[in-house]
Amino acid sequence: MNVSFLVSSITRTVRICLIFLLLIAPVGLQAQDTATDDGTTASTAIPDKPNPPRLVNDFAGILSGSERSQLEQKLRAYNDSTSTQITVVIVKTTEPYPIGDFAFQVGRKWGVGQQGKNNGLVLAWATQTRKIFIAPGYGLEGAIPDAIAKRIITNTIVPAFKQEQYYRGLDEATTEIIRRASGEYKADPKDNSGDDEGSGAIFIGLIIFLIIIFIIARRNRGGGNNRNRGGGWGGPVFFPTSTYSGWGNSGGGWSGGGSSGGGFGGFGGGSFGGGGAGGDY
Amino acid sequence: MSKSLIIVVVIALILGMYGCSSYNGLVQSDTNVQEKWAQVQTQYQRRADLIPNLVRTVQGAANFEKSTLTAVIQARANATGIKLNADQLTPENIQKFQAAQDQLSGSLSRLLAVAESYPNLKANQNFSELQAQLEGTENRIAVSRNDFNGAVKTYNQSVRSFPNNIFAGIFGFPVKGFFEASQAAQSAPTVQF
Repeated sequence: MNVSFLVSSITRTVRICLIFLLLIAPVGLQAQDTATDDGTTASTAIPDKPNPPRLVNDFAGILSGSERSQLEQKLRAYNDSTSTQITVVIVKTTEPYPIGDFAFQVGRKWGVGQQGKNNGLVLAWATQTRKIFIAPGYGLEGAIPDAIAKRIITNTIVPAFKQEQYYRGLDEATTEIIRRASGEYKADPKDNSGDDEGSGAIFIGLIIFLIIIFIIARRNRGGGNNRNRGGGWGGPVFFPTSTYSGWGNSGGGWSGGGSSGGGFGGFGGGSFGGGGAGGDY
Repeated sequence: MSKSLIIVVVIALILGMYGCSSYNGLVQSDTNVQEKWAQVQTQYQRRADLIPNLVRTVQGAANFEKSTLTAVIQARANATGIKLNADQLTPENIQKFQAAQDQLSGSLSRLLAVAESYPNLKANQNFSELQAQLEGTENRIAVSRNDFNGAVKTYNQSVRSFPNNIFAGIFGFPVKGFFEASQAAQSAPTVQF
């Protein structure tokens, strides 16, 4: 058959393919970057994401049922109107972590706050070691800087906790946080991010597939049974997955919001940088 | 003749594809390392920015011993003197950077320890908030260093493993350095409440 035509058409497809690869790469990169912010030290001491999702997580069982649901209601309403997620995590102890590490690792593991905005906040409380920590996500560090977090703890939480008015302390502290954080973020009507993540790879795969089909069809039409030689390379095996191996696909979470009866839609994949302040009572 | 040409073209195509995606993978993890490095630098800069304020507060509130203060100022000058661009992250450079920053950590923790024995300083609202900020910044530094190490680990893995090491050699992706936990880093300022 016409070899020069074949060669030229192959080089053309290769060129187009390469251009596509270069075009697609940045898209893939952006999608990957946000997904790598997961905590590097995954461990068992950090509680798993609550299911069904909730904002008040009393693993120590220290609040009464009504207090818990009242606080949950308040934080949920705030999340609904601003997309800012304030979560309260109460545990007996944060061992083996210092409470600050514990708070931000919980925030990262659960993805408190919205992806991109990073407007989550973790209020951690260890009942046995009597420690409290307020860890704002990246996006709230402006509204709740360390000094303010410290001030909320020493002026609001500690006095109440010393009188064993735990609910009052948490309630007033979250009110104060809400007051300071309000106006920073607004709830999005709809969130459609993360859609382009897979499309690039699928597109490349499709192109490779088409090229292979094209080559095979050409060769078969050119007469001569080339099956033996063709057998060595079936399918897009040569696409090296190894270079991508480090990128866990951890973002996302449950963005589907169709939960029942105005429930909390879930954490959004926000990230934490280790800021915040703590104290004990 | 024509068949062998096709085979050559196909092999070239496969190699080209492999090289491309390998290159893209390397660029991805390299960019990620750069981003994480920017974070590390931001956090160290944040600490450096807090120090003049801290020094002023300490000086103003108490008749503070001079040698501790000058040690902090000197260490800060040294630490901010070392700037590393994202393309200079060789193991030696990282080590130098870390050594300077660790020295600052050490002198800062000494300052905070000495401050414990000044009651009027401890009662100072400004000082206690600076302490909180400093502690938060130390946490942020730890987190960003950790993230950076994670990114470097992924990057180094892909640079050194076969067959990426060939492409990494061709395209010029050198192995990058880590932060290592050092003696001075272990004794970073711990703030007592």
